[in-house]
Amino acid sequence: MGDLFINLFSGPVPIEAYLGVSLIMFFAGVYGFLSRKSLIMILISVELMINAADINFVVFNRYLYPGQLEGFFFALFTIAIAACETAVAIAIIINIYRNLSNVDVENLNEMKE
Amino acid sequence: MAEQIIFYILAAIIAVFSILAVTSNRIIRSATYLLFVLLATAGLYVMLGFHYLMAVQIAVYAGGIMVLFIFAILLTNKPGEDLEPENKGKRILAAFLSLTGLAFCGHVIYYNVNKVYTLVIPAELKMQDIGHTLMGTEKYQYLLPFEIISILLLACIVGSLMIARKR
Repeated sequence: MGDLFINLFSGPVPIEAYLGVSLIMFFAGVYGFLSRKSLIMILISVELMINAADINFVVFNRYLYPGQLEGFFFALFTIAIAACETAVAIAIIINIYRNLSNVDVENLNEMKE
Repeated sequence: MAEQIIFYILAAIIAVFSILAVTSNRIIRSATYLLFVLLATAGLYVMLGFHYLMAVQIAVYAGGIMVLFIFAILLTNKPGEDLEPENKGKRILAAFLSLTGLAFCGHVIYYNVNKVYTLVIPAELKMQDIGHTLMGTEKYQYLLPFEIISILLLACIVGSLMIARKR
């Protein structure tokens, strides 16, 4: 850890700094996912988690495997998949709103007849 | 030296705005804070040298997904009124669980990471290389996932239209 503080303003940015940023973003997403009632807030938390994982992929690609591109392409495809998943989730949320007039998760406790 | 300062500004933006996004009571503010988080993440990608990924992040995430979110928020909430705050027990349990997870993952990272990496300053990533890798069929190239992603996009478009159409 002493190495970390010496490197803080001289030399390149250490990998722990990037991983710390994505760590905070990920667990902010976990907190939002577990404690919010509105479906759209839960979806925002899922987006935060996916973004944190994307940062991790790119950081490990740059720092551990600098000649190869696997992490970069994984992050690219993850962004595309997150777009698809958000579209389908928002379609479902709009359908729920049409039937129940609000989007709290507490009201979603009955199956279709 | 400038690189470190820019990184710490972006990191502070990401940390502060992501925590604000999940603890705000007004949902449009949460969406705006998420937009700032996504733009700062694009800045982090530029600092790591992946310019194409920054462009994709801004175009798809900050420009596409956030617009979709704003549409969904305005279709399902009245924008003036606040969300009700959740009950205290649930919030304390969620905060405890996420702080436990943070401590555990933080310990694993900071205990192990020094043993693994050495920093190598790479050559610049050229667009021709990205193009060849995305469209090639050799061992480390990505034509098949590319085509499968296009089929997935088609399936998601058709699926969301079917789910959300007017009956």
